Amino acid sequence: MELDSLDRKLLKIIQADFPLVPEPYRAIGEALEITEDEVIARIKNMVDSGLIRRLGGIFDSRRLGYRGALCAVKTDSDSISQVAAVVNSFSGVTHNYLREHDYNMWFTILAESEEKLEEIVSEINKHPLIQEIIVLPAEKIFKIKVNFDLA
Amino acid sequence: MLTEQDKQIIRELQNGLPLVSRPFKVIAGKLNMTEEGLIERIRSFIAGGQIRRFGAAVRHQDLGYLYNAMVVWDVSDEKATETGLMMADFEEVTHCYQRPRCLGWPYNLFTMVHGLSREECVRIAEKISKATGEKNYKLLFSTAELKKSSMRYFE
Repeated sequence: MELDSLDRKLLKIIQADFPLVPEPYRAIGEALEITEDEVIARIKNMVDSGLIRRLGGIFDSRRLGYRGALCAVKTDSDSISQVAAVVNSFSGVTHNYLREHDYNMWFTILAESEEKLEEIVSEINKHPLIQEIIVLPAEKIFKIKVNFDLA
Repeated sequence: MLTEQDKQIIRELQNGLPLVSRPFKVIAGKLNMTEEGLIERIRSFIAGGQIRRFGAAVRHQDLGYLYNAMVVWDVSDEKATETGLMMADFEEVTHCYQRPRCLGWPYNLFTMVHGLSREECVRIAEKISKATGEKNYKLLFSTAELKKSSMRYFE
């Protein structure tokens, strides 16, 4: 979608500085000198067009008590779709990519506890088409980029 | 520790804030809370770090960046932290983590780089290698995205 300069200003505010007040859209409207209704209509356009994925909280999984790991498996090229179906069936598997390596399928798992995480890994590992799995939890996080470039 | 009510709030907040005049009042009503109580709780989640940011999440930035490579590095344990911090400073690096090594997997630092071409990703990795003096690395290009979803917590 085409963004005009007002949309860009609006996007910047709602990404970086969303007002936590009873009437947030009115407060944004006052800052931009437009009505509350126009703020809501413009945000709705950006949501409908898919530019905004979601309006709400962006959570830190660790601080919510969740545990995560990056995992990789080796699987034959013939069985990729079958293995992917098993791996992707877990809601805690949020990302899954094929990559050019002997470990060719890379996915992330998030789970409510260490035990749940191990359960998911062992379920996946039981699958006869999976030859090997490595489980690589983050030991240190140096960077997760939050991007504001669109605004 | 999160209370049952906290988890309910988180569940509601991941459904998206309603586009109505009093959005917090709508959610508070569902949870038997007051509007001020809910706003106060959201502020405390931000202060406590459970909410990293409150507002609009835009679609992933790699629109236009067709290639992404996970660049993995085998860096000595003593230098891992210092090197990880250096790598994180590169604009082209979106994620940088240290992870354990394991049998058949010697790499302990992971950086995600995005580029308009494979060559661009290769050049970025070379630049990082030069700056850090780390030569033991590999680029794992992604060839297909099999799943990409937002996590739904406490569901």
